[in-house]
Amino acid sequence: MYVPTIGVETHVQLKTKTKLFAAVGNDAREAPPNTLISHICVGLPGALPVLNQAAIELCTKAAIALGTQPQKLSHFERKHYFYPDLPKGYQITQYESPIIAGGHLHIEVGGEKKCIRIERANLEEDAGKNTHPAGADYSLVDLNRAGTPLLEIVSQPDIHSAAEAKAYARELWLIMKYAGVTDGDLYHGHLRFDINISVSQDPDKLGIRSEIKNLNSFRSVEAAVDYEIKRQAELLKKGGRVIQETRGWDEIKQKSLAQRSKEEAQDYRYMPEPDVPPIELDGQYIREIEDSMPQLPQMIRHKLSKIDIQPKVIEDILDRPSIVEPILDVLDKANANDARRAAFWLIHAQPIEPEMAGMIEPEIDSERLILLSKMVDRGELSSSGAKKVFEQLLSSTDKPKVIAARLKLLQVSDERRIERIVAEVIAENPQAVEDVRRDEKAIGFLVGQVMAKSQGQANPGLAQKLIKKLLNL
Amino acid sequence: MQNHQILLLFLPGRTSGSLAGRIMNNWPAISEIVANVQAGKTTATELVKKSLKKITKQSDFNAIISVVKTRALQRATEIDEQVKHGQAIGRLAGVPFVAKDNFLTLGGNTTAASNMLKNFEAPYQATAINRLEAAGAICVAKANLDAWAHGSSTENSDFFVTKNPYDKTRVPGGSSGGSAAAVALGMAPFALGTDTGGSVRLPASFCGVVGLKPTYGLVSRSGVVAMASSVDVIGPLTKTVADAALVLEVMSGKDELDGTTIGRNPEGYSLRGSRFEVRGSRIGVIREYLDVGLDSGVRQVIDGATDKIKVAGAEVSEVSLPSLPLALAVYYVICPAEVSSNLARYDGQRYGHFTNEAKDLEESYELAREQGFGSEAKRRIMIGAHVLSSGYYDAYYKKAQTVRTKIIQEFEQAFSKYDFLIGPTAPTTAFKIGEKTKDPLSMYLSDIMTVAANIAGIPAISIPVGVSGNLPVGLQILAPQKADRQLLEIARAFEATS
Repeated sequence: MYVPTIGVETHVQLKTKTKLFAAVGNDAREAPPNTLISHICVGLPGALPVLNQAAIELCTKAAIALGTQPQKLSHFERKHYFYPDLPKGYQITQYESPIIAGGHLHIEVGGEKKCIRIERANLEEDAGKNTHPAGADYSLVDLNRAGTPLLEIVSQPDIHSAAEAKAYARELWLIMKYAGVTDGDLYHGHLRFDINISVSQDPDKLGIRSEIKNLNSFRSVEAAVDYEIKRQAELLKKGGRVIQETRGWDEIKQKSLAQRSKEEAQDYRYMPEPDVPPIELDGQYIREIEDSMPQLPQMIRHKLSKIDIQPKVIEDILDRPSIVEPILDVLDKANANDARRAAFWLIHAQPIEPEMAGMIEPEIDSERLILLSKMVDRGELSSSGAKKVFEQLLSSTDKPKVIAARLKLLQVSDERRIERIVAEVIAENPQAVEDVRRDEKAIGFLVGQVMAKSQGQANPGLAQKLIKKLLNL
Repeated sequence: MQNHQILLLFLPGRTSGSLAGRIMNNWPAISEIVANVQAGKTTATELVKKSLKKITKQSDFNAIISVVKTRALQRATEIDEQVKHGQAIGRLAGVPFVAKDNFLTLGGNTTAASNMLKNFEAPYQATAINRLEAAGAICVAKANLDAWAHGSSTENSDFFVTKNPYDKTRVPGGSSGGSAAAVALGMAPFALGTDTGGSVRLPASFCGVVGLKPTYGLVSRSGVVAMASSVDVIGPLTKTVADAALVLEVMSGKDELDGTTIGRNPEGYSLRGSRFEVRGSRIGVIREYLDVGLDSGVRQVIDGATDKIKVAGAEVSEVSLPSLPLALAVYYVICPAEVSSNLARYDGQRYGHFTNEAKDLEESYELAREQGFGSEAKRRIMIGAHVLSSGYYDAYYKKAQTVRTKIIQEFEQAFSKYDFLIGPTAPTTAFKIGEKTKDPLSMYLSDIMTVAANIAGIPAISIPVGVSGNLPVGLQILAPQKADRQLLEIARAFEATS
């Protein structure tokens, strides 16, 4: 039996407005190549990096979200290598004293809770992007991404299965997104996972590990870990040897492929970065950020489970951060019933790929959700009517009542009006009346007639009650 | 009697005597130049033309790499228009200056005297240049230097060797040799240099001008080709201490493009209205700088200057900083380490020397750097890469940082007893061209008395205090961190007595 041991290094792209060391826009998603650059990003002579304090604030939030505090003193290093996407010939990163030196998060797999410890997290700048046009004898370099702030979060090797690795990746994504550290757009690589895996028969001894780099979905994390565990175990069973190497993940073939071995590893010649003074944080600064932290996934889970939302549904809700806030807001301003209804409407509104979440959902204001819920309470809307109103609510600014009226969904709860209709229906359907008298279960037909006559606006509960009253049942 | 004195003045080893009368720089004080522009007695255009003429006339000294004629004359016209319309003008309005060619400037090339950047036209300017321009100063030319500022003689320029204004067979010192020579030759009222291990002070000493190395961080390094970032500073080379103070005042202070900059002294640095008293100043003569290898002629000039400041009322005594002799060793670990890192960006991919001969990416890096860098840059890159490589880092770089801390502590101790420390700027006067090029170590030793100030980040100045064998001798004064103003005040007192 081979026991796998897994550690994950995650590059989290911070959602600062500008780059880590340059006053240049940071969101390269829609920008044409080399439009978000300055003399600093290009590495011109004399260009000096100047630290973006907003990145430090986000790192502080990340530390707090991971149950720890940022280091009071940390500094940057230069990591040297030559590559066209690295304009300065070195990357500014942290090596000796990272900004975060601990922390943990909790995952749940198969009903079992587990704590995964964080070893460290260092703040660094991203490189640019090389593209190699097919058939060309040149490559193209886009430096828009060069200098984007990344927080590299390194877990302890506390993970022991593909499912746990996936759960860890998702939980980290949730935490960073809810803490406001990253936009978390996985499609655009806002979180990139590198996985270290080894297998061993002896639980006290680690095997030789390989590293799979650059995974950017939870699914590929799970698949790659699964594949790699099997590959290593089979290799060892056949008497082979795992070599320490970096491997890539082929998404199409669902296979990991060798890239480079440790023998080829470079000497990065780390050196303290003299152009950027050390980061010094005081307790007051950290406390202020602590006080302004948004609600994190664990707290949200706790609140939603207290209003009887099922764990599975809670996770679906968490996957879509833009609907969490209105639900919690409704809970704050109204009651559990209203919040549960809001959650039901929102979760069924637009099924969106979890990994695209947060991208295209419209603003939802809780005030109108509460009004809508109260209409159900008062019997002015049926629950199916309320759902229809809700669908329109998202694309208009009208009050729910106006929408309900426009859709002719308002239920008539005026007893006298409905009683008149009921009287007519009874008069017009003697045979059906006879049936009901024989068997009360046949009342549905009459209720249907009342609904039809009222053009669907009668409150069906009330209609039934009045039919029974007039027939003395 | 009179004849006898004249004879003495030219005797080798002559220990006193001013350079006045022999200095070729006949520009008035900078404040006077500005007053003349303001009063309409002269124009910025006239000043720029005078400067350009002098540069052409003295071109055989090879002090200048390129002139910035069009832009300089254009800016001069703008300033003259301002004067004509009675608008407020800056504190350096119309004053021409020369910038070492490792300052990025608009209107021409910035080469760092290297083949790598031979055709590099900067798209932005150094903050120091911008601040000087905002005050009305006009950059007229770019001065020669040891390529990338690596050197002590300007012989490492990839283009040509600058000659000493006092003796064409000798070096002007380096690496800001072109800047120092330009000021000594009167090409401009002031020049800018960079000082990483003495590159402003040493040439100032060799060329008989004032060279100021401010506190680390006081002047922004943004837009200056980096040599060794943790010790690089920018400083003026001038005829007088007062001029240096004025230029520092304009250039200094926090800059949002350089995270290591510090705020300026609220009193400023201009010495106008200063009420400084020499009497009571505690001055320590650094024993370690008098011990080894000091030329006797230089020693006599320094002793003479020391005696005079004593007479003026300063309390002078010898002080020992036992770790100072290690400063050079520390410097030649830290400096190449940072050099190897700072020169990594010159890979020919985005700008700078590039060749089409390469077969692949790897070779294009190799050829660009093989052809673009001279031998001194390569030497420093190799030393730097070595001391940073894994397995050697602790033995060299870490240890050097430890000794660096020790040197800083010794300075702090000394400054608890003394307001200023003094010594020679260099162990000798200007040496012969070619004398040390075959032996890099003996060349490195030229910096032995200047590197400590860089290692400690403290301000230091070299001022001409006499001649030895017809060649200028510089006195070096060092002050605690951020005591730049006090340093300038005592330097002016020395200037007045010598």
